[in-house]
Amino acid sequence: MLSRTADHVYWLGRYAERAENLARTLDVQYRLSLLPHEARADGLGWKQMLITLGFEDAYLERHETLEPHKVVDFVAFDRDNPSSILSCLRSARENAHAVRGSISSEMWETFNATWLEARATAPSRFTARNVAEFIDWVKYRAHLARGVVLGSMLRDEGYNFMQIGTFLERADGVARLLQIRLACEATSVDGEPVAHDYYPWTVLLRALSAFEIFRRVSRNSVTPLRVVEFATFRTDVPRSIYRSAELIYENLRAVANTQSSETERRAGQLHAALRFGTLEAMTAGGVDRFLNHVLGNTADLSDRIGRDFLGHTAAG
Amino acid sequence: MDRAKPATAAYDEMYTAGGEVRRHYGVYSDWLLRQPDDALRQKRTEADSLFHRVGITFAVYGEQEGNERLIPFDIVPRILSADEWRKLAAGLRQRVKALNAFISDIYHDHEILKAGLIAPEQIFCNPQYRPEMQGMDVPGGIYAHIAGIDIVRAGEGEFYVLEDNLRVPSGVSYMLEDRKMMMRLFPELFSLNRVAPVEHYPDRLLENLASVAPAGVADPVVVVLTPGAHNSAYFEHAFLAQQMGVELVEGQDLIVRSGFVYMRTTRGPQRVDVIYRRIDDDFLDPLVFRTDSVLGVPGLMSAYRAGRVTVANAIGTGIADDKSIYPHVPDLIRFFLGETPLLNNVPTRVLRRRDDLAYTLDHLDELVVKEVHGSGGYGMLVGPTASEAEREDFRLRILASPEKYIAQPTLALSTCPTFVEQGVAPRHIDLRPYVLSGRDITIVPGGLTRVALRAGSLVVNSSQGGGTKDTWVLED
Repeated sequence: MLSRTADHVYWLGRYAERAENLARTLDVQYRLSLLPHEARADGLGWKQMLITLGFEDAYLERHETLEPHKVVDFVAFDRDNPSSILSCLRSARENAHAVRGSISSEMWETFNATWLEARATAPSRFTARNVAEFIDWVKYRAHLARGVVLGSMLRDEGYNFMQIGTFLERADGVARLLQIRLACEATSVDGEPVAHDYYPWTVLLRALSAFEIFRRVSRNSVTPLRVVEFATFRTDVPRSIYRSAELIYENLRAVANTQSSETERRAGQLHAALRFGTLEAMTAGGVDRFLNHVLGNTADLSDRIGRDFLGHTAAG
Repeated sequence: MDRAKPATAAYDEMYTAGGEVRRHYGVYSDWLLRQPDDALRQKRTEADSLFHRVGITFAVYGEQEGNERLIPFDIVPRILSADEWRKLAAGLRQRVKALNAFISDIYHDHEILKAGLIAPEQIFCNPQYRPEMQGMDVPGGIYAHIAGIDIVRAGEGEFYVLEDNLRVPSGVSYMLEDRKMMMRLFPELFSLNRVAPVEHYPDRLLENLASVAPAGVADPVVVVLTPGAHNSAYFEHAFLAQQMGVELVEGQDLIVRSGFVYMRTTRGPQRVDVIYRRIDDDFLDPLVFRTDSVLGVPGLMSAYRAGRVTVANAIGTGIADDKSIYPHVPDLIRFFLGETPLLNNVPTRVLRRRDDLAYTLDHLDELVVKEVHGSGGYGMLVGPTASEAEREDFRLRILASPEKYIAQPTLALSTCPTFVEQGVAPRHIDLRPYVLSGRDITIVPGGLTRVALRAGSLVVNSSQGGGTKDTWVLED
């Protein structure tokens, strides 16, 4: 497969997943902001979300104060923010456009239609006021796109690179989502950690489409550490970090070439760390540190894949 | 809504001068009369939204975000009878065969010049002549592998060739998408009429390209070379690559190494045997042509000259679709094939000839005068609609260098019923069939019908308010 084509499908996977992850992250924060005690926390959750997503500086360049509706607007709809949901949908569509001859027509039409509808409706139908509706729509379009990819895309290297992009992005997104919640937790009320804050963690589980799964497979009540363990180490939860690492490794092995053995080894290492990791070991070294390690690994893999396969010369 | 034969001087595809429906339009016309305007209008809206979603668009430069527009699609098909098509196809086959023979002669033995039928300066002083091609053999002696021949009907319905497009003719994707759209919007029409299929064009194109691969290559790798996603015809490039199942490459994806052309893949370089290029000659190889081109492939020409890759269409075909050569095409058919031309040329006056010059200067208000190297309506005088001052200005330009101009009568292009704001009304149309030449000559029945959507307009170009129609060739 052409390196340029592989590059575009990789980024198509990444941007599509990023849009969905952002929608899910926003979903958590939005729902929590409706709770009385979060309102008391003086926008802390919003601030933490911006920090963990790496959006804080860009936001402050555009807005002087931290106001929830402005944050929502910045994360969801701001076209000048290259990482907003809307911008991600546009980037996904542009990458699909660049390789529309190499992906299925149904895929192209789906990503194109998503962008056309977002562009047409975001300023009118969807606003910061009814962001929940927008989030549902983004998730719905993501489900649709996933189905189209599964049901129509040739299982060749293009599919592998798209999967790699998707799951690198998902591992990254889920790790950040956990970090946001943990950071709020650690400082929420007078700097005292709240050990059994049930509600925020069920919201997080719901945002990962995993609340019902948690109920089914874990007979225990919802606690922060159980949720972290669940979202990190389980192989049967579609959005867990481990599941993503497994798929990254699997797809990377399918495309291996003569110069990619080190990249493959590192993907295997990440996979093993999650495969054999335990909550005890994770808490002993610090949960945040562990998640940072995951983020460092995904960034490193992305650089290396760019060099090994996609024709990038410099890192990044 | 009055759908009777309109008062127009031009030949109408659907109605006779007496207002009768032509026989091959009979079934369609009956159907059309039963359709309420609202239903048709709704179908047209549906077509627009489908085209948008599918992204059948052309790029418009300098516009943000919405920088892709639709080419308007008309829901009334243009219909040709089996008999009309047979005659047209035979004429096209003959014409393209002669044009290929001519290009081969120009780049080899110059028999046509020795016979005195064309003046040497018409060839060697023409920027479309590529000296790099002189003496080089190409597989099968074929240069114009894909030709788009623009056909109009005038007078009593005779066909005329308006222009031969032998470089990178475009539009075939619209032919295919228009058919798909018609079948989706009006499936019942296809059970009422026996419409010859066109969907196999990409297969034929791939076969045709593979048939001209360098000698000895068993399973040739074919690619489509595009200038990129910002090119106005990008949709078509991607579409054809996808339909043929071959890679769509940009210049940066190709490299020339030890005399062969390779593409950069995730598993290292892979040999390329046939390049269906949608980039003009000038941009193909910065080492030989325009040095500032970033779209091309350095070294491509040397691999091509060594016979290690086939470029389709060949480099230098522009010499045969130039307006200064056009008047000679009937002679070329007689000279190279020994046959009588089956298709008419538009009667053309060549102003390098004294009597043609004199006649033209006397009849400027009736004629269309074209610059021989111009294209797309530039450097053109439309006598009947031009002002006195414009005609005088052109007269001076002609006198300064008459050899740069040709003149033709203003043709009343045929009309076809078209669904416009006011309902169904006649609009002027042309036709571009696509002729594939390789081991054999193949023509998919029909082609692309372009329609001038403004009342009375003769300009069918998409950049100037033209649209397209599905083109039906009825089977016997």
